[in-house]
Amino acid sequence: MTAAIEIRAVEKRFGNVSIIRDLNLSIEQGERHAIIGPNGAGKSTTFNLVSGHIRPTSGEIRLNGDVISGLRPFEINRRGLSRSFQVTNVFARMTVWENIRCAVLWATGHRYAFWKNVDDLPEVRRRTAEILESIHLTHRRDVPAGLLTYAEQRELEIGITIAGGADVIMLDEPTAGMSNMETDRAVTLIRRLTEGRTLVIVEHDMSVVFGLADRISVLVYGHIIASGTPEEIRNDPKVKEAYLGEEAH
Amino acid sequence: MTDTATPATNIPTAPRGNNLRFYGMWAIGAIALVVLPLIFSSGGALTSFSLIGISIIFALSYNILLGQTGLLSFGHAVQYGLGGFMAVHLMNAIAAHGWFIPLPLAPLAGGVGGLAFAIVIGWVMTKRAGTVFAMISLGIGELVASSSLILRSVFGGESGITTDRTALPHIFGWSFGPQIQIYYLIAFWLMISTIAMYALTRTPLGRVCNAVRDNPERVEFIGYDPHVVRYIAFCLSGFFAGIAGGLAAINFEIANSAYLGAAQSGLVLFATFIGGTAYFVGPILGAILVTYLQLGLTSVTSVWQLYFGIIFIAIVMFAPGGIAGIVMMHRPLIRAGTLGTVIPAYLVSLVPTLVLALGVILAIETVAHYAESQGSAFSLFGIPFDTGSPLTWAAAVVLIVVGFLVARITWRRVAEAWDRATTVARERGYLA
Repeated sequence: MTAAIEIRAVEKRFGNVSIIRDLNLSIEQGERHAIIGPNGAGKSTTFNLVSGHIRPTSGEIRLNGDVISGLRPFEINRRGLSRSFQVTNVFARMTVWENIRCAVLWATGHRYAFWKNVDDLPEVRRRTAEILESIHLTHRRDVPAGLLTYAEQRELEIGITIAGGADVIMLDEPTAGMSNMETDRAVTLIRRLTEGRTLVIVEHDMSVVFGLADRISVLVYGHIIASGTPEEIRNDPKVKEAYLGEEAH
Repeated sequence: MTDTATPATNIPTAPRGNNLRFYGMWAIGAIALVVLPLIFSSGGALTSFSLIGISIIFALSYNILLGQTGLLSFGHAVQYGLGGFMAVHLMNAIAAHGWFIPLPLAPLAGGVGGLAFAIVIGWVMTKRAGTVFAMISLGIGELVASSSLILRSVFGGESGITTDRTALPHIFGWSFGPQIQIYYLIAFWLMISTIAMYALTRTPLGRVCNAVRDNPERVEFIGYDPHVVRYIAFCLSGFFAGIAGGLAAINFEIANSAYLGAAQSGLVLFATFIGGTAYFVGPILGAILVTYLQLGLTSVTSVWQLYFGIIFIAIVMFAPGGIAGIVMMHRPLIRAGTLGTVIPAYLVSLVPTLVLALGVILAIETVAHYAESQGSAFSLFGIPFDTGSPLTWAAAVVLIVVGFLVARITWRRVAEAWDRATTVARERGYLA
């Protein structure tokens, strides 16, 4: 089986500074994979590289077997990879409904159509309503996204990410800044919405990581020092030293 | 899972249902267009209505860029002007060759002219939004305006290119000589263009334009290329601007370099912004007000542009949502039934605010007349003033100072009344 995401010998330099060095990572289809590591390890940069936000200096990234490194974000998105952002990144002046609907339009094949009535597309309406229901924001459908509470905006962020039906979902710190109760709620939501899809998640909250992930990779200074099941990672001496050891344990 | 959902609110839903009211508004608009010239039938009124109709189309086309896609253009008159030239050339060709193309189709040629130029130049222009787009649009505007003076055979140099609209084949026995017939021609295209531009906002592209306006970066991650979205919006906007330009050429029977210039581009930005970019109706209100003021003020005062500037600054500072924004702010209050509590405060503050405005107008006019010829007399609202008399200057100062001091107190009252009314509206669930 081809891997959902295959990162081979990827390097990213900004000027003389190497942010990512010889990054190798393979994520199987249907796997829930968490990337952890201390601040500044290059987790978000890895996300940006895979999603096309920035280009790798060298190396190769494959999505379901096809090379995607060097493609623009929308081209990668159209091939079935969707990501969320660490800082809430929604369409602030548009309503919750419009936010989700826009994220559904390309996937339902309506593209740049300026000859169709957008309210008259049953498939779009059905999927939008479905996603809105699944992220529990149906009762807020007509509120501008900018006026939602923080936790609601994070849920909307996840909703926009999954709306296009991509089979590889990348979530960048989805529970950052949430209370414990909100985090539990978000984890349940993520688990349910990514059922049967490949999930890559960057997260600082270790209870979320160990509760959610099938496999975990530890990134330190732009390099993966360990990759394995939660049990393996927990017992890995290198990880303990480099990462978990530093943190209060 | 615990349900932490907030209680359902009465926040109005998008235009689902309400069909009768929706189509009713369009019907009222159409009827008004037909009936207006029957009520105000003077030549001056017909000319005004015609110009207002043209500027509504122009401003709506501008808002496809500014309000809907978030593109600030300083050169929108390029598409307008080229549409005008296209229409004039077509009309002259029809007359010369005796083709059977009646005048009502000429604005379409204008639209095609605007669209064609947008297709050619737009791809480069829309690569970036924001400041880059604004600067390029300014540059292209200057470039085309100055070329129009150089390429004499196409643009007719300083004097422009004239045409005779009555030389085209007549249909329904209309010669399109009288202004009333031109008015109805403009009203027809106004209705068609407005419906088309409204429909555009309700299409997948129209919705994604809003997304590009709000957050172009995120749009890339839902499958869209924001560059393509901006490009298509720019082209469609150019088409409707061209229709407006074509109508202007028919109305004036001339197209010249002034159509393409920065002043024309500035005016449409001005009208759209004053009307309000966030609502479809905004540019319509703005175009009506600005054209009306322009026609009215030029005959009353020599410094009308100064007043435009003051209005513009006031809107930008105090009501960035424009006229439509001010009106729409009151919708939740009407629904919550608290509008009545703010009206008295408005009325009270109106008096000192008017006094302040009068003082400002008197000061401006006194200075303007004094600068023109010292010690001359002029009249304002039927009252004679003498710029040489200290009394006039003193009156202006007193009006401004007293008006401002009193107005400031009443404005505070308005703000307090507003806060109370919105708090109640929020409690009743009509405001997020």
